[in-house]
Amino acid sequence: MINLIRFIQKHHVLLLFLLLEFIALSMLFKSNTYHRSAGFTMNSAVSGVFYRIHKSMTDYFYLQQTNEMLASENATLRRQLAYQSSNLFEDTLSLADTIYHFIPARVISNNVHFRNNYIILNKGYTAGIQKDMGIISPKGVAGIITGVSKNYAIGMSLLHKFATISVRFKNNGHLANLSWQGGDFRFGQIDHIPTHLVVNKGDTLITSGNSHLFPEGILVGTVESYLTSADGALNKAVIRFATDFNALRQVYIVDNKHKSELDSLLMIRIDE
Amino acid sequence: MSDFFRHSLRFIVLIFIQIMVLNHIRIGNYVNPFIYPLFLMLLPFRIPHWLLLFMGFGTGFTVDLFMSTPGLHTSASVLLAFVRPYVVRLASGAPLPESASEPTVTEMGNRWFFSYSISLIFVHHLTLFLLESFDPAHLSDSIYRILLSVPVSETLILLLVFFFQTSRKR
Repeated sequence: MINLIRFIQKHHVLLLFLLLEFIALSMLFKSNTYHRSAGFTMNSAVSGVFYRIHKSMTDYFYLQQTNEMLASENATLRRQLAYQSSNLFEDTLSLADTIYHFIPARVISNNVHFRNNYIILNKGYTAGIQKDMGIISPKGVAGIITGVSKNYAIGMSLLHKFATISVRFKNNGHLANLSWQGGDFRFGQIDHIPTHLVVNKGDTLITSGNSHLFPEGILVGTVESYLTSADGALNKAVIRFATDFNALRQVYIVDNKHKSELDSLLMIRIDE
Repeated sequence: MSDFFRHSLRFIVLIFIQIMVLNHIRIGNYVNPFIYPLFLMLLPFRIPHWLLLFMGFGTGFTVDLFMSTPGLHTSASVLLAFVRPYVVRLASGAPLPESASEPTVTEMGNRWFFSYSISLIFVHHLTLFLLESFDPAHLSDSIYRILLSVPVSETLILLLVFFFQTSRKR
């Protein structure tokens, strides 16, 4: 025992150094998104607390941008409200019937530079968030929830290998699938466009509503360029995302009140 | 008390410059200067080693909080704090004179301060960039970044040191 105390007295600096370095490295390996493969879990108390403090410290620097964005969103909502109240007389039934609810949340961590990018949000299942809900930003579609803990949720952004969403050309109603091929975070891609379809630069793409993740008609992006394939097969289009993924801060999570009903209906159809 | 105030002020100013200015600078995707280690370098010689380690931890953790990189700068700063006394011994080559109280240019001379600061910056950047990429495939990339960032950080640190040196004498 005395030997142990003597040992600690003699080497206290080295031991303290090893302890502090161990704490630092475990923080690094537990919560750095780059090291997620080394067993990252959303529930990690360290990273949750860390990102909350980080958020509360850095939020201040973005107050102006956030304000401007909220103000412009307010303006859009006001316009919609004016439009709706003018149609209120005949639309009361459908309004009471609305099946989509929006839960506001804030982004506490987000990436755009990896092949598969994740968004971490500051609301969890206590706020009613569940797996497979859609995430939209004030400007357009942003991602899909993939995991939920008590106070946090993690979702893949559209900048992910497996994030393919069903979209519709606003002008002619045709359906297509939008995915991200990596590289520039501003552009996605649509493959397999039938050759007879006329696509122009600047055409708007909206959500189709087929997946029940997003309500129909949410802005997704605009056509940046259209690539006709040489062999006369299906064409491709490069899409500029409406959402600026590098500046994602305030988002809404889409809660479809009828999703379980729709899903079970789909199961019945498959069973038959 | 005035010493405590001076070091605290230096801490705040350095972190502020680091966060508000230098973190937004990335020259040619490789150069990424860090000057906040200067705070740890300029702490007095007589500071107990264990306290120095805690200072390193606190400094790194503060920078990490602003940069959203848990543990990265903390590990680099703790290592810097750990090797500082050895680097002091190495740079001096002889026992320190009794009069020496702070590792500054005025007390220790230009040449001493240059070798002292560049050694510590090198240790810091080496840890930082290797841990940041943490991938043998990007090793050459990391080494490139270390070799380019160290001179830039060192130049900034020397500029800062000389700037405040002259202003204090006045």
